[in-house]
Amino acid sequence: MSTEQSTDTPMVEVRNVHKRFGDLEVLKGINLTVNRGKIISIIGPSGSGKSTLLRSVNHLEVIDEGAILLDGVQVNRPDMKGLAFERHINNIRQNMGMVFQHFNLFPHLSTIDNVTLAPRKLKGMDKKTARELGMEQLERVGLAEKADVFPNWLSGGQKQRVAIARALAMKPKVMLFDEATSALDPELVEEVNRVMRSLAEEHMTMLIVTHEMSFARDVSDWALFMDGGVVVEECTPDKLFSNPDQERTRNFLQKHLGNNH
Amino acid sequence: MDFDLMVEVTPLLIRAAWVTIDISSRAIFFGFFVACGLVFLQTFRFAPIRWFARGYISVIRGTPYFVQLLLVFYGGPSLGLRLDPITCGVVVGAFNIGAYMSEAIRGSIESVDKGQSEAARSLGFGKVQTMVSIVLPQAASLMIRSVGVLAIVLIKNSSLVSIISVVELTYQAQRLIGSTYKPLEIFTLSALMYIIIIYAVMGIIELAYRRATRYTTQ
Ligand SMILES: Nc1ncnc2c1ncn2[C@@H]1O[C@H](COP(=O)(O)OP(=O)(O)OP(=O)(O)O)[C@@H](O)[C@H]1O
Ligand SMILES: [Mg+2]
Repeated sequence: MSTEQSTDTPMVEVRNVHKRFGDLEVLKGINLTVNRGKIISIIGPSGSGKSTLLRSVNHLEVIDEGAILLDGVQVNRPDMKGLAFERHINNIRQNMGMVFQHFNLFPHLSTIDNVTLAPRKLKGMDKKTARELGMEQLERVGLAEKADVFPNWLSGGQKQRVAIARALAMKPKVMLFDEATSALDPELVEEVNRVMRSLAEEHMTMLIVTHEMSFARDVSDWALFMDGGVVVEECTPDKLFSNPDQERTRNFLQKHLGNNH
Repeated sequence: MDFDLMVEVTPLLIRAAWVTIDISSRAIFFGFFVACGLVFLQTFRFAPIRWFARGYISVIRGTPYFVQLLLVFYGGPSLGLRLDPITCGVVVGAFNIGAYMSEAIRGSIESVDKGQSEAARSLGFGKVQTMVSIVLPQAASLMIRSVGVLAIVLIKNSSLVSIISVVELTYQAQRLIGSTYKPLEIFTLSALMYIIIIYAVMGIIELAYRRATRYTTQ
């Protein structure tokens, strides 16, 4: 893969992105770059537009202005229509792994089928190869022994790890996490964090929206504080969490570091 | 109760019960395609096509099955639509249950969590693949019970086709009463047969439902 490439080439670029829901402008000109192999965390109060931003990167939300690029290829293409755009976006999405707060595992498929469905249907992988790949990914998240179980049998933490394995099976260039642990009981958070840390060690490019301040501080190379649809402040996580420049950031952290630990 | 008579007419009633089963199952089978067609028409961008489907469903839901049957059987010929009684029973049954079934199908598709298609789309699945591999399999298990209820209603309503002289269970019962003057015995028998048919169908539905939703239980 691309590990030998320099880490200062951008993998995800968000350029002056605006998004409105009716009259409500949720993203007001967001700029951000995630370089190859880097991890960026986004924190911010509820309603600040974090999920909308992440979903826009995956084109689950259609942005009104600006551009989003994945590995140099523009994701949003206002010039493309219909089937041509469908093909374009489906190709792009195959290179992005998205992890949702509520897991969104496919309940009618076994764990291994959840993981192998996309490689089989989208990459035409044969069943045996796909199973090997799937088992590999399940081992990576420590759930190989649950391969033939349905998602409803799993705990929340296990479900989220399967969801991560499902995204990894497509060998994505970037992983997007939207509050991957906030639907979990506190005692299940760590097992998911551990998986995310191991991805960090493998230099997976990641864009993480989280409420877990200490995790964000530990794992990321760069941190953003969003509020009201703008990036209020961005810097190294150490600085953001210990000595931010902006008043709004400080206020937010005071509230959150208070009741988080 | 005249038990000898009951034994004597049972074979005739069983044969008529087969006609009930035959008409109903064909109506349900074709009705499923009518329903899928109606669901499909409602996905069109072009609004008049959607209006047509909605209008059709409203008319069917807003009129009694009995009237629909009479209208097609007796009114059809003046429009050049001449159907033999059995075909008429199947066709009217199919177009009737199709309208209700399309609502059940649409409802179950819409009740599949939106996160399911988002997850599929985020992996790179197209709209059609997402529908086929992710949404429809889940919708199918959700719709088994609601479609099952409609099937049972249709089987019960099939007794109405006796009015256009289809020799099904109810018509046969009435005919036998005409010659034996034993309504209690004969209607009891025919009611018993409806019960057997309907509970058999209910059992099949329940089994199918449990099988289809195995993955959510235990
Ligand atoms: N589909 C939608 N239609 C209308 N408004 C929406 C939609 N999705 C999000 N919003 C609004 O956009 C704003 C930003 O929402 P978003 O989910 O991005 O916030 P968030 O930062 O992820 O919040 P949280 O921390 O609670 O997840 C909110 O005011 C929300 O109500
Ligand atoms: Mg959110």
